[in-house]
Amino acid sequence: MAAGFAQWGNDLYTGRRSYNIVGRRKIWFTISTILVILSTIFLIKPGLNPGIDFRGGSEFVVAGVADKDQQLAIDTVKSVKSSEEPRVTTVGADSLRVQTSKLTNTEVEEVKGALAKAYDVPVGAVTSSFIGASWGKDVSQKAIIGIVVFLLLVTVVMTIYFRNWRMAIAALLALFHDLIITVGVYAAVGWEVTPATVIGFLTILGYSIYDTVVVFDKVRENTADTLEQSRWTYAEKANLAVNQTLVRSINTSVVALLPVAAILFVGAVVLGAGTLRDIALALFVGMLIGTFSSVFLATPFEVALREQEPAIKAHTAKILAARAAAAGGLTTDGGDLALAGPSYVPAGALKAGSHQGVAAQPKRRPTKK
Amino acid sequence: MLGLIIVALFGTIAAGVKWSDASWTPNLALDLEGGTQIILKPVTENGERPPKGTVDQAIGVIRQRVDSSGVSEAEITSQGDNIVVSLPGHPSEETLKLVRTSAQMEFRPVLNEGAPTPTTTDPSPSSTIPANGVEAAAPDPTPTPKDAEPSDEPTKAKPDSPSDAAYYITPKVQADYDALDCTDPANRKGGANGDPEKALVTCSPDGTAKYILGPVEVEGEHISGASSGLKPLPGGGTSNEWVVNISFDSKGTSQFTDVTTRLKTQTAPLNQFAMVLDGLVISAPRVNDIISNGKAEISGNFTRESAAGLANQLNFGALPIHFDVQSESQISATLGSEQLRMGLIAGLIGLALVVVYSMFQYRALGLVTVSSLVVSATITYAVITLLSWLQGYRLSLPGVAGLIVAIGITADSFIVYFERIRDELREGRVLTAAVERGWARARRTILASDTVNLLAAVVLYVLAVGGVKGFAFTLGLTTLLDVLVVFMFTHPVLELLSKTKFFGEGHVLSGLDPRRLGVPGTRYAGRGRVVTVPPATADVQDATETPTTVEGSRVPVSVGAPNEAGLTIAERRAAAKKASTEPTDAPVDSASQESEPESGRTEGNEH
Repeated sequence: MAAGFAQWGNDLYTGRRSYNIVGRRKIWFTISTILVILSTIFLIKPGLNPGIDFRGGSEFVVAGVADKDQQLAIDTVKSVKSSEEPRVTTVGADSLRVQTSKLTNTEVEEVKGALAKAYDVPVGAVTSSFIGASWGKDVSQKAIIGIVVFLLLVTVVMTIYFRNWRMAIAALLALFHDLIITVGVYAAVGWEVTPATVIGFLTILGYSIYDTVVVFDKVRENTADTLEQSRWTYAEKANLAVNQTLVRSINTSVVALLPVAAILFVGAVVLGAGTLRDIALALFVGMLIGTFSSVFLATPFEVALREQEPAIKAHTAKILAARAAAAGGLTTDGGDLALAGPSYVPAGALKAGSHQGVAAQPKRRPTKK
Repeated sequence: MLGLIIVALFGTIAAGVKWSDASWTPNLALDLEGGTQIILKPVTENGERPPKGTVDQAIGVIRQRVDSSGVSEAEITSQGDNIVVSLPGHPSEETLKLVRTSAQMEFRPVLNEGAPTPTTTDPSPSSTIPANGVEAAAPDPTPTPKDAEPSDEPTKAKPDSPSDAAYYITPKVQADYDALDCTDPANRKGGANGDPEKALVTCSPDGTAKYILGPVEVEGEHISGASSGLKPLPGGGTSNEWVVNISFDSKGTSQFTDVTTRLKTQTAPLNQFAMVLDGLVISAPRVNDIISNGKAEISGNFTRESAAGLANQLNFGALPIHFDVQSESQISATLGSEQLRMGLIAGLIGLALVVVYSMFQYRALGLVTVSSLVVSATITYAVITLLSWLQGYRLSLPGVAGLIVAIGITADSFIVYFERIRDELREGRVLTAAVERGWARARRTILASDTVNLLAAVVLYVLAVGGVKGFAFTLGLTTLLDVLVVFMFTHPVLELLSKTKFFGEGHVLSGLDPRRLGVPGTRYAGRGRVVTVPPATADVQDATETPTTVEGSRVPVSVGAPNEAGLTIAERRAAAKKASTEPTDAPVDSASQESEPESGRTEGNEH
């Protein structure tokens, strides 16, 4: 199987086997749009479920407990309100701190009573109070400012590096696509959003751009001489780049996803709720989508943008006209930029010499008869 | 080189463990280790509830202060009107001070200075107030009976200047001053700064002097920046005394100029101005010159830490309210050891899977990936341990998860690199050349993508606070280490390996077997040269038939100048035969001139 995979990689590289990823971009765009719309619906309807760190909540302090069994407190709170995921901490020598999401007054009284009973202390020894958000507005606000500044800078850096702003735009689009879908999946699953989740989202922000830059670097390399040759269109050359990086994309995402999947599995199945599960879900979805978008969304979108450039447009039209002429037909109408059309021409590494036949051979010196 | 770095890192940690308070394991954050919880109760001067906005503002200031002292991942919440600050581990006294003190700084003129003990015998202030123009004679201190409440009414309607002792030292102020005992530590706790319009009676923090101060002349909010450093000597060197240098904004500068201009002409002790921090006089220097550049230097028994702490506090502004510490208690880890243990197990399982996968995909080359990851992990561990000692960095569970994710990003650099090498092999290059050229291309990609990651890390680190800052730190760290490891470990190792027989000849298990990479059976290599490679199924490793293995022991082919000498004799004969039936005009270039006699014969035939 490994041999098969390697062979597949070879075929992709040489262009012997080629997937028309750029050409079928309408399909990918449709899939992405549907996913984004679904995510948006999930974000609106069940919505995200912010945890104590964002909304604040209720806090109970049980003083003078004999045994500091934290599980007991978790079970007790769950017996009152099963949807709670309380956080229990020991404070000082003989106190327990139990934090829950915001409870109603009657619930607070119930929990107080239950905790007092469970730990065998008088009800007076259990105090309750409302706590504010530890991840307050100022933290979110500063994080958002940071992200906006980062996005602006990264646009500038990518524009300078690729010498083309369209690549930066395409990368940003892929980034938003990844973020929305990741957050949407999180909303759909309905797990509580904790600071760990937000950290996971931020990681996706970095990973998505990172992955796109790697693919774009190959696109840039392949398409650098597009206008100097007349064999393939920009889109075909970009498509070859995507095909050539496909093996890398698969290997990288597998290597990156394996540890995350392990954490997700351990976090969700073995441990139940918790930081590990939260961060792992965000990362797993985000990395998967990030790999998808850098291959199937960013590059096709970038090609769509580039084809609006006059120089590329003229070049594409010229090549298509030449091909049509070569095929004997004169049916080329400039509007149909043929990529979506049936005539898919996979670009590939030139099999040295084979493409020109006799013409590739050195010319006979004409002077000598 | 890389070995040196690792040795240096661990050497530093070892030295730290031996002679300082470093440890061999990184410090853990609040969620994994627990820490200290401090409950602060706001104290307003009039005893009213502080407005909600003020508490939020105070949380912001405390968070900035805590963050700036290192990446410690503190948790700060409000609980009713109170503020709960949870700091990981056992925070030092300096850190606690950062949280507790409000750092309200103001500049007041000194009206009187004296010994710290109560002065009950002489209720009259006239002896300590020097002549000050006409009104100096005016103070008419009414000796106050001990049992009566001293009057707080100024004797004059309007002060002539903020240094007007006669106006500001009311009988009550004088009585307070007389009664104040600065040798009692209870009086040196500091607190609110008092009414900025009235005189203030207070102590120096070390209890060596007490003061009557005039009204506030420059507010702390006019401080535009502060830094700490060693006091410079006039000669150009530095003394070993720590000072805090502050600079004022434009309004503060003009106010400060006015104050120094006026005080310069006064006589002691009126020619002093006091720097009051949280109600205590930390320094009361004499004014010898007019200071008009808006820069001042605060000196006063600072250590390196306390000077840096004060500068830090001044930079982020004062807390809008003063706080009393209500309770300070140890709290346990919020997540517990179970989560960390399971997280680490999950990470190990994931790593093992990565090892299996990369061996499967890259064969022996997978070993390079794995050893690079091991090197990377070793350095990461060392750096984190070192930073948790020097910088107060603490590893939280999201941090651990971030490190596990970093495996993916680090491994990607190797994958990009390996795929580039394979691409070059597919182009028909020999391994040494493929490594060289693949590296040149992969390096660009790796640097570009890591730049983006580093950019994200730096921006978030500088702009964000709290947990995001800790995340950004981890991201930046792993990105830098990724570049370091790829440049200084993976690439040199591959360069060495490409010279070995096992890899250079493309052994089936090396992961770089040219035949498996689909180098086509027979292809045209330019300039009448044909390369024949047996198909992947061929079991023969005949040197005369596999030019790749022949070339493997040769000098790398440079781009654009294919090595004609790569032809086997059989091929040259075939080419010569071909040439004789269909004469070609061989280009006269260095390559063909260097070639074997056979090709010379081809040319000869033609002429």
